[in-house]
This record gives sequence, structure tokens and C-alpha cells, in this order.
Amino acid sequence: MSSDQPFITDESRVVTETRDSRMSGQGDRFNSRLREAFGSSPFILTKFDKFLNWCRGSSMFMLQFGIACCSIEMMHTYAVKHDLDRFGSGVPRASPRQADVMIVPGTIVSKFAPRMKRVYDQMPEPKFVVGMGSCTISGGPFQEGYNVIKGAEEVIPIDIHVPGCPPRPEALVYGVVKLQERIANGEAAPVTVKPYELEEFSDLERDELVDKLADQIDDDELVMRYNFADSP
Amino acid sequence: MSLERPDTADDAAVERTPDELEALLGDLVVDRDDHLNAPGFVIRPDTVQETLSLLKEQAGYDHLSVVSAQEYENRYESIYHLKKYDDPTQEVSIVVPADKDHPVSESAEPVFRTADWHEREAYDLIGIEYDDHPDLRRILLPETWQGHPLSMDYDQDRPQIATLPEHANPLQEHHKDDESDTMFLNIGPHHPATHGVLHLKTVLDGEQVVDVEPDIGYLHRSEEQMAQSGTYRHQIMPYPDRWDYISAGLLNEWAYARAAEDLADIEVPEYAQVIRTMGAEMCRIAAHMLALATFALDINGDFTATFMYAINDRERVQNLLEDLTGQRLMFNYFRLGGVVWDLPEPREEFFSNTRDFLDQLPESVEEYHNLVTSNEIFQMRTIDTGILPPEVAKNYGATGPVARASGIDYDLRRDDPYGYYDELDWDVVTEEGCDNFSRLLVRMREVEESAKIIEQCVDLLEDWPEDERNIQANVPRTLRPDDDTEIYRAVEGAKGELGIYIRADGTDKPARFKIRSPCFSNLQTLPEMSNGEYIPDVIAALGSLDIVLGEVDR
Repeated sequence: MSSDQPFITDESRVVTETRDSRMSGQGDRFNSRLREAFGSSPFILTKFDKFLNWCRGSSMFMLQFGIACCSIEMMHTYAVKHDLDRFGSGVPRASPRQADVMIVPGTIVSKFAPRMKRVYDQMPEPKFVVGMGSCTISGGPFQEGYNVIKGAEEVIPIDIHVPGCPPRPEALVYGVVKLQERIANGEAAPVTVKPYELEEFSDLERDELVDKLADQIDDDELVMRYNFADSP
Repeated sequence: MSLERPDTADDAAVERTPDELEALLGDLVVDRDDHLNAPGFVIRPDTVQETLSLLKEQAGYDHLSVVSAQEYENRYESIYHLKKYDDPTQEVSIVVPADKDHPVSESAEPVFRTADWHEREAYDLIGIEYDDHPDLRRILLPETWQGHPLSMDYDQDRPQIATLPEHANPLQEHHKDDESDTMFLNIGPHHPATHGVLHLKTVLDGEQVVDVEPDIGYLHRSEEQMAQSGTYRHQIMPYPDRWDYISAGLLNEWAYARAAEDLADIEVPEYAQVIRTMGAEMCRIAAHMLALATFALDINGDFTATFMYAINDRERVQNLLEDLTGQRLMFNYFRLGGVVWDLPEPREEFFSNTRDFLDQLPESVEEYHNLVTSNEIFQMRTIDTGILPPEVAKNYGATGPVARASGIDYDLRRDDPYGYYDELDWDVVTEEGCDNFSRLLVRMREVEESAKIIEQCVDLLEDWPEDERNIQANVPRTLRPDDDTEIYRAVEGAKGELGIYIRADGTDKPARFKIRSPCFSNLQTLPEMSNGEYIPDVIAALGSLDIVLGEVDR
């Protein structure tokens, strides 16, 4: 917004001008600078996909999703000083069904991974994921922990990784804007190779562990099986 | 000075020597196993309740800090660390060995309610079974987990299976029976009001809560294993920052530093203690600001005003901490024997920035009182809801602002002095309301006390002679505390008593590293506070507990 025009404080003038112009239908409320730049033509030509991607990237709804330490920096990114909303992506939605982007802010552990997968599945397409912090890359400082999933990419596909422990809000802003840029350009996300899946217990390959748990878990219960020995 | 304790003429408050305690326990004592912080008595695994109730009733040991369990080559062992709310320097450890092949030990739950979760954790991670425990099942790991990860023969490369249990849809017809009219409601683990990944299993009768059961472990990052695989000198210190990650990093680091320094007999220079004290109180302000922000968010849904204001104040104090430590959140600033570096140059600028922050703080606090505590709607939501009577709080081992809002005058900074606190002039804040409102009020008043402490520290640091600015003691490059020395030391974290139990085995890594998290104990009180109340009051109670899941689950 241009600031060379100070706020008009002369009350009478503002009120009359606006009212008059609206009454006569001559107001320039809808005449943006952009509109002027297009000249007299009311049409522009563009590819539909390009236009759609541009819309998509310009207004992203984030999922309000806190896991661990990074979520504190994520809150700071939403809040006053850093204000992610400046870039058109700062409205956290509490329900995954209303969200486009999920920032994964923290360590994923064995008990949480199925839940996160479920939340991800509940988001409508097209959906995007920003991995925030080292834990979502590899498990970070907890990589050797017995209960830690070695990176969020073992569970869901990630579009952008923001490294740091935790990343500064500026870094997260950069990551999100980078994601928006890619979406606007229609660039596809990389595909992860064979992540852990949520599957029904009866679909698991039978082995010692499955046999042992057979009387504890119902056949149709959803489970996630971790092969820690094969983790990076 | 204001730090004097009010006089208590209670019989239980009388300090007893270890020998007198041994005489009191009589035949119950099998052996002595003294720790650095307290006398330790070995008892038989079937006399736990008898011993603990004797100590609780007759000797006044009314605070079970933590139960730390571990496995030795030839036995299992649970240690009950007891102290007194009136004087936490009076400590005693009850050591309960259990059989290597069938580790069974009597539960302490009937004597101390708090033992419930602590023993479940010991069962989950170590594999000791507790007789007479009301509900012995896994608490941090999934129910279907195989093996006990901190036991000696655990192989962490084995595959594991975690389930995603589906709960019956409460709206389905068949879910309703004639007998009861209750409804099951899941809150979390992904929910904006649970402050992270907490899962509350709630049973409702109409609008009222019949039962709420916190289900934790969604952020169990194996912190104790991480600490046990790091060397004392440098490799452990980064982890405490990540227990209570709400900017309370320095407070947590102090917990480890204090335990390890006492274990290795390191004297910290006075100058470093002043810097530590100042930094720690800055962290406390930042942590309490977030507690206020999220509490207002829980109560009013106020994402725009109070939340943003509080975050703004946090940014200010985080800037100071960043100047001091070089990081915004994970400071890693303490070293054993001191701090990593001196105050930032130019010192005058740092001091004047700090003073600017302190100068505007009363105004902000005033603003919060206008916005939040004097708001009628807010008061209606919080006053007289989530009542936690002092006896109940003690029984659950509640500490920190949660205990102080129930009128329990317990603050380790004053009662078990460390750092530079006993040289400074400040007050311990208590409130008698026992409700959600009091807990918020305690935090807000503590912010003012912290500001007082910081101001005095700045005064001291400004006048500190230049050639006496000693930031670190001489510490050997590799620390190897003596074999079989054990210590439990606690500091006053942002949420309460944050304690560390370390057993050294003569190597440069701890053989057992146990974290006593204040939130873990505080969260246990949630059912007491919310059963019988309405759902919004559960959310308010949870917000007022100010838990942080990184510390609950560790």
C-alpha cells in the first residue's frame, strides 16, 4: 500500500465524496492500480492451470499442528514480529479438513506416527507438507532413540525441509514462501520411497512379532509396523 | 529478610539424623546405601508401603519426588526419593531391590498417589512389576511394544508395531445403553487445546465430566537414553533445553549442571552463578509469558490480543537471551563449572537493553491484568473451577506454580538454595485460591519477582571488578565420577521441581540418568481437578497446569 497519501482527517470531505460517488455509480472502488495497468481491456489471457496454481500458492491455510520444540518457534512465526500472514499463509486452522499445508514441527515418535498419518490423510487434496527442524529430517538429536522415527518422511511425503534445531522463524518463513513459489510455478513434490503405512493388522506379513501380538490386536485394527533395523 | 521461612512448630518438621531414621524404621532396614544427597535405606520389596507410610506419618516425609528404577547385573532396583514440603533439604532415599528373574516389588500407590504414574513408567521402561498397583500398564510406549527399552538386554533394532485404536462413534445408536447415559470423548492427541500432543480420554455425562484420563507418550523421545549415552562434560548439556522447550532452557540446564557439579564436586565461581541466576530468571519470564498466552487462548479463544501481546514480550526477552547465549530457544549456555562465555560486548549495551526490558515490564503486566485477570468473563471461567486442595496436591507430588497456587509454600530457590538466589531480595509467591485463576495469578506475580531478581543481578554484574570475572571453574577434560555414587538434585524449573538422578559407574557416561519432570507429576492431578466439572473447565484446568509435553514424556 502506498503511504504517500496520508489519511484524510477532514471528516466531511471523505463522507461526502464516498457517498456521492457511490450514489452516482462513478466511484473508483474497483479500479485498482493493476486494473489501470491493463488499460481499457477487461480481459487477460493466461493458462487456466497457471492461474489456478497462482491462486493456490497465494492463499494457503496452515494446519494448527504443534508437536514439540519447533512448534514454539512456529507460534512465533505466526505471531507479531514475524507475521507469516504477510505472505498469504498465516491462518492456522484447527481442523485438518480445512487446511492446505501441514507444518510438521517436531520429533515423531512411534506412538504418534499413526496419528500424524491419520491427520495427513484427513487433509483434502491438494495438500503440502513443510518439515520443520532436524527431527523431521532424520530424527535430529534424538536420532538414536529407541522410540524415534528417523524423519517425518518415513511416514508422509514432505515438500520442503527447513533445517535447524529449531529453525529461526525467519527460516520457516523462507521455507513457506519457497513452497508457495513452487506451488505457484506448478512444481511437483518429490515422492518418498516406501514410507511406513497404516494397514490392517491382518495384512501384515506373518512373522514372530505378528504371531506374538495376534491375541492382543484385532485383525481389522489399523497398525503401523516399524522396521527400525532398516531405518537410515 | 523475606526469604526466612515461616516458623513451623510441627513435630514432623523436626530434622532427624540418619541414625534416628534408621532407629525409627527398625527391622525394616536391611542395609544402608547412602546417596550423596540423602541417607539411603535398603528394604525388602514387600515392605514398601509399611516403610513409606511410617516415614510419611511419623517423620513428616510428605513429598515423594520421584521413583527412579534401574537394572543392575544382578538385580533390579527402585528408589523412592522422599523429601519434605516444609524443608526439601531433608531427604531420604528408600532403595528397593527386586529379583533379577522376577522383578516384583510392592507398589507405593496407596501411600503416595503420585507413585501411580511413576511406577507405571518404571514398569514400561525398565520392566519392574509392582504388586498391588491399581493399573499397571505401559504409560509412555504403545501398549503393543515389545521389551523394556532401558533394561539391559533390550535390542532397539527389533521391529515394533504401534496401533491406531479406533474408538466407537459416540453417536451410534448401540453405544447408548439404558443403565448409563455417558458418552466417550477423545480430546487430542492433535487438538489446539492440549498444548501439544496430549490425549485425554474423557467420559461425559451430559455436559459434565465423569472421568478424564490423560494418555501420554506421544512425545516420548527417549531423553533418558540420550543422556545415558552422552559424556558428562559436553554431550548431555544440549538435551535439557529440549525437555521443557518453552524457552525454559537455562532452568533445565541448571538441573543437570547442579546434579553433575555436586556429583563431581565442582565449585562454580560466584560471577558465573550471578550470570546463571539472571539468565534463568529471563527464561522463567519467557516461559510464564507463554503460559499466559496459551491460557488466554484456551479461555477466551483470544488469538489476537493477549496472545500477540504476550508473544511480543517473549520476543523482547528472547532477544536478550539471544544476545547472552547466541540462540533463541535452545541455549546450551551452561557448562559444568560455569557458563560458556561472558556477557556480550559491549556490556553497557546489554545492561541498558535489559534495563529497558525491565522498565517496560510493569506496564505490560498492568496491561495483562486489564486484559485478562480483571476481565469478568475470564473470572467467571476460572475462579472456583479446577479446585486442587493442598493435601491432594501434596499427595500427587505437585510442585511449582501449581502447588503454590494451592497455598503450598514450596520453592526450591529459597528452600534448597543454589546459584545466587539466597543473596538476593525477592519473595516466594503463593495464593490460597487453589483454582485456575490462582494458578495464573501466581505466574503473573512470579514474573514480577523474576524481574526483581534480574535487576539485582544486573546491578551486581555492572559493578563486578574486571579482573574477577571468572566464568568457569577448572574442570577436568574428562569427568569420571567415582563408581557407584548416586545423587538426586533438583532445581526450581518454570513448572516446578525439576530433578535429576544420576548413578555413576566410574566411566565418563552416567549409568542411569533419570529425569524428575514437574509436569509429569502435575498432569496427574488433572482428573482430581476436572472430574465433576464441565468440559470447558477441563480445558481451563489443563491450561492452568501449564504442561509441556516434551517434559511430561521426555
